[in-house]
Order: sequence, then structure tokens, then C-alpha cells
Amino acid sequence: MKMFRQIGAVTAMNFRSLPQRVSTSLVVVIGIAGVVAVLVSVLAMSTGLIRTMENTGRDDRAIVLRSGSMAETSSALDRNSAKLIVDGAGIKHDANGDPITSAETMRILSLHKKDDDSEINVILRGVGPRMLEVRPELKIVEGRMFEPAVTEVIVGKSAHSQFKGLNVGDVVHSRGANWTVVGVFETGGDSHESSLMTYAETLISIDQRGSFQSVTALLDSPSSFQAFKDSLSSNPALAVDVVREREYYQQQSKNMSTIISIIAYVVGGIMAVGAVFAALNTMYSAVSARLQEIATLRALGFGSAAMVASVLAEALILALIGGVIGALLAWMFFNGNTVSTSGGGMGQMVFELAVSPQLMILGVVWACVIGVLGGLFPAMRAARLPVAMALRAV
Amino acid sequence: MKYFSLVWAGLWRKKTRTVFTMISIVVAFLLFGLLQGINQGFSVAMRTLDVDRLYVSARTGMTDGMPISYLQRIRNLPGVRAVSLWAYFGGYYQDARKVVPAFATDAAELFKVYKEIKIKPEYLAAMEKTRTGVLIRDTLATQYGWKVGDRIPIGTSIWTNKAGSNTWEFDIVGTFDASAYGMGFPAFYLNYSYFDEARSFGTGQVHYYIVSIQDPKQADRISREIDAMFANSSVETRTQTEFALAQSQLKQLGDINFIANAIVGAVLFTLLFLTANTMMQSVRERTSELAVLKTLGYSDTKVLLLVMTESLLLCLFAAALGIGLAAVVFQSPALQKLFGNFSMPTLVMMMGAGIAVAVAFVSGFPPAWRARQLNIVDALAGR
Repeated sequence: MKMFRQIGAVTAMNFRSLPQRVSTSLVVVIGIAGVVAVLVSVLAMSTGLIRTMENTGRDDRAIVLRSGSMAETSSALDRNSAKLIVDGAGIKHDANGDPITSAETMRILSLHKKDDDSEINVILRGVGPRMLEVRPELKIVEGRMFEPAVTEVIVGKSAHSQFKGLNVGDVVHSRGANWTVVGVFETGGDSHESSLMTYAETLISIDQRGSFQSVTALLDSPSSFQAFKDSLSSNPALAVDVVREREYYQQQSKNMSTIISIIAYVVGGIMAVGAVFAALNTMYSAVSARLQEIATLRALGFGSAAMVASVLAEALILALIGGVIGALLAWMFFNGNTVSTSGGGMGQMVFELAVSPQLMILGVVWACVIGVLGGLFPAMRAARLPVAMALRAV
Repeated sequence: MKYFSLVWAGLWRKKTRTVFTMISIVVAFLLFGLLQGINQGFSVAMRTLDVDRLYVSARTGMTDGMPISYLQRIRNLPGVRAVSLWAYFGGYYQDARKVVPAFATDAAELFKVYKEIKIKPEYLAAMEKTRTGVLIRDTLATQYGWKVGDRIPIGTSIWTNKAGSNTWEFDIVGTFDASAYGMGFPAFYLNYSYFDEARSFGTGQVHYYIVSIQDPKQADRISREIDAMFANSSVETRTQTEFALAQSQLKQLGDINFIANAIVGAVLFTLLFLTANTMMQSVRERTSELAVLKTLGYSDTKVLLLVMTESLLLCLFAAALGIGLAAVVFQSPALQKLFGNFSMPTLVMMMGAGIAVAVAFVSGFPPAWRARQLNIVDALAGR
């Protein structure tokens, strides 16, 4: 009990003298704020990418690709297979007893970004006539839906805001066709918002391609997935892979988000090492500035644990302030910023940086670790100080 | 120079503090060196990319094919030295996750276009004789344990052959060494003539023509001529230099570059505070010593210069260490494989030195000025 009272008294005394050491203390705060801000904002990129991908896809939808294909771009399903897939077990049927599926194909369009005019690849997805039942989340926010059999497209909200020439009424050129933009859609912030859509048969006839690339099916319930998968894989006329839609999209963004996370931790780690030494410096000088004070306290009978705790507490508080400032800076400047990058087999992906509360907490935890590491050795020095010598130095 | 030992002694007056400050600066410049090095490294590597090579693809997109008939027409243009071609094969080995970057090509012409890639003449001859032959990069051979003479099944996500299968069998007839080019060079080549006969659809389609020209200065003219030749035809073309092509591929990565710069900015800003604080402390502690120097006849300016030099020495020494460390990292085998023969660009070293000097001045000046303004009597009296 006595020890805690001592710790409290010494720590309080420390903090009262903090204003005299403002500039040294600022070094810790600013240094750690920098580390945390960088760590949090880079991680916010991978979080944003993952979040967009997780939004894409529902548990009660499954995507069917040719066996062995990793992505829709490298998959192909002929008309016959597409017909057989529709008969799979567990697919939801509408009031007339027709299965709700969408056989889809895609091609890559070259478009330009609005901000720096750089050329990027964007997906034009051809969808089936029942697409709106398969994807009820799709809403037209401007203009209208495309008509079948004419070269009309609707563009996703993100694509519309990031890429040039996608306003309603604009014309997009591709091999063999000029597509008129007739509407803008949103799908609740998922990856489809970075793409364009049209009718699959229109796209297939223009590309003179004989096949679809994937079939997306709405299931009776998430639990019917296994039945659906089994019914297709047991069909000898089909060679397909069946994946839950959500898992498929997560897989597509995995590489990119892993790379970004690695960058964040490597860069953040290196910066943290620098910050630890900055904190060490500050705390050592804080200890040496209070040399006589500490020695006097020790001579009065304060224990060494109190000394250690007080120095550590000071380091920790400074680190905490720095960490919170860094996390807030990252949140203020980057949360909700849209950036775009190449999303694996998905063409150009537009997504929002997401500075989530978990990330901010992670940043503050890093700050505390840096603070403790930087405060530990100076604290031990304060505790081990030979009292007589320190007092003589006056 | 005679003051060097004085500055040196001042710098090491408090060893722990100097060492810790130095480590922080070293870390900052290590990070600077790594990020800017990679950043600049990309553009340096791109600038050395051959400007005498042009890439012709369909205007509407690189995955749209062009007819093989264009080959002869491009070859006949004045100033063209050699033309080869690429058609995507989209290969994998055993399982779609094990990607093999395979292209169908005209091998004899290909190695005329890519002069820097080393291959034995007998391998090229064997490729010509063996219809199902393939040439592979030595690194790919090591990766899968393939040897010359092996027969390997390669799957493709795009093409079915006339037998109705999408697994094709090839005979390895030779390997090549593309280390002079770096990572981006496709590692697996099959004969276009065989590929075109054996595929069940898309006959006569090519995705890239690679054109080697005699005089790099003619790159613009020839590019324009090629595109003009096919304007208003069924497939219009777009011709780019190797540099432009690589740059547009890098652009696909989007806003990554901005992030690297933002990080470096944050790091250096933090650093400024750190060094300024160290110098400030060190001058404050030495108030009486500096006063003694002045008593001994050192002029105000000389004292100012002494402190500035100390700050400069600290920053430059630590920056050199940090960038040196980054250069060592670049020599690691993993990164060498990624970038080809890559070393720390001189530009980055110069930038590093410049920044170190700037940090030294900004952080050293206030304490140096304070030292200059010191009044001997007040300082010695501890006022």
C-alpha cells in the first residue's frame, strides 16, 4: 500500500514538472504520432480493400467457374454447361418455378483515371436477364437500366466517380462496339461498383465468343451450398468448381491486401525502432534533469520501485498522447479517402480507406509498447542511482 | 580542419544521447533509402529499357488479338530490324495455382529482338526443328526441376487443342538466361507455328508484335507509321516503346507511389524535431564551456560555426550509415531477383545527402544562434 502511495506521489510530481521539459517531451509525442499515423493509414488501405471485397458477395450466392480456374477472367463455360448448372440442387426458384441464376461473361476495357489520366483496366461484365433477382442489392441511382440486344451499359458508382467519360450519355469504345452509358448503379459499396455492366448475350455476340465465364446462382439458403456443390460435381457432364461468392471475392483481393499489410508492418516496424531510440533519449534526459530530485527522494526513503514506476508512467503517458494524436491524424486525413489499385483478376478496384476503431486501437497499442521500451532503461537508471553520488553532483 | 577534434569532442560529450540520436537518424535514412530507392529504381530500370524496341497491340486492349498478316507488313517498313510476336498461352503446370507465363512466339526472331538475353545457338536450332519444342528461362527450370529433354504437360485456361484437351504436351529443347532483363521477361516460349495449327479456335491471332528498330531516334516516326498503316482496318493498333508500356503497367498499381512519399515525409518531419532537440540540449548543457571558448578569444561567428558543424557531422554521418544500410539490403538475393541487376541509384544518395544537410541546418541553427548570442559574463555566472 505504501509503495502505491509513493508511486502516486512521485508520478504526480513528475507530471507537475513536465512543462519545464516541453521540448524534449514533444520529441516522444511527435515521433510516436508519426509512427502510428503511418502504420494506421497504410493498414487502412488493406482494411478498405478487404472490406470492399467482403461486401461483395452473399453467403446465399454461389459462383460456378470452370474446374481449375482461379478467376472469372481465366474461366470459360459453354452454353451446354451453363444450361446444366441451372438444374443444380439448392437453387432458389421464383414464383413461376424458374431458377434464379445469371450466366456471366466479362471483358476488359481501357479507360482513363480522372485525376492523373493514367490508363487503367476496367471490367465490363455481361450479365443474365435475371441479374436483378440474383443481385437485389443493385439499384439504379441515375438514368435507367440497359436494354437487351443494344449496346448500352450501366456504370458502377465508384467507376463513375473515378474514371473519365462515364457520364450518362457518354460513349465508351471497345473492339467492335460503341457502348452508350445509360445509367449509374450502386451495389452497397462492393467491388462491382468499380465495373460496368451490360447484357451478356450482347457482349458475347460482339466479342464473337461462344461461351460464358461464370454462373452466379441465388441459393435457397446459405446452407444449401453443399447440396448445390455436390449436385454439380457429381454430374459427369460438368467440370466445374463451385465457390461461395463471398469466399471467391475474398480470394481475389488476398494477394494485394497481404502485400499492403506487409508493407505497413515492415515500414511501421522500422519507424518504431527509430521512435524507441527517440523515446530512450528523451527519458534519459528527463531522468538526468531530475537527478537531484530523484536522489533526494531516495534519501528520504522512497523505494526504487516508485522511481521505476514514475519514469515508466511518464513515458507511457507521452506515448499514449502521441499514439492518440497519430491515430486521429490518420483518421482525419485518410478515413473515407478513395484510392484505386489493381485488384488481381478484378481490373481496377476503387475502394475507400477504412480507419476502423480496431486499427486505431492497434496504433495506440504500438505507441504504448514503444513508450514502455523507451522508458524501461532510463527508469532502471533512476532506480539504481547511487544516492550519495547523485547528491554530491549538486 | 584544425577544429575537427574540438567538434568531435563536443559531439561525443554525452555518448548515449549522441548514439541514440544517431540510431534514430540512421533508421530514418534507412527507410528513406529503401522507399525512394525502390521508387527511383523502378524509373531508372525503366529508363534503361530499350527504346529501340516497340510493342504493337490492338488499340482496344492488349487482350484483343491482331491478325498474323500484320507481321509481314510491319517487317517491310523501312528502319525495322527484326519483328517477333507474342500470343498469350495462359499456362499452368498441374494446377491452376502454379502459373507458367507461357507465350507462343517466333523464337529465332525473338532472340534477335531481345539481344541482351543469352541463349546457346544449338538450343535455337533445336527449337526450329522440334515442333512441340519449348524454350524456358533457367530460373523456371530450377523452380520445377525441369531439364532439357523433358516432356511436360502444360494446362491453359484459354486454349483447347484440336484433340479437345486444354492440357498440351511440350518438349523442353533449351533454356535461356534473362538476368540482364530482370523479372518482367516471360519465361516460357512455344512455337507459334505449332500453336496456331493445334489450337481449335482463334487461328491467326497474335497479341503483341515486338519490333526492334535500327535507330532509337526513329522510334516516334516508326510508331506513328505502324499505327497509320492499320488505321481504319478491322483491328487498329497502338504502338508503344518499352518504356511507355512498362510505365502504363506500373500505373495500374495506382496510388501506391503517393503513399511511399507520404511516409518519407512523415519520417523526415519527425526526425527534424529529434535532431533539433538533441542539439538544443547539448548546447544548453555546454553554456559555460562555450563561454570559456569565447573568453579564450573565439569569435561569435566561430562559435556559431562550431555548433553548426557539429550538427552537420551528426546528420551526415548517420545519413550515410542509413543509406549505406539500405544499399546493402538492395544487394540481397531476393531483391536482385525482383529487379534484375539493381543497386542504390546515385540520385537517391544525392537526395539523402541533401536532406541530411537541410535537417542539420534547420535543427542546428537555433542552438547555434543561441551559442553565438551568449554573453560571456552571464553565461559563466550561470544566469
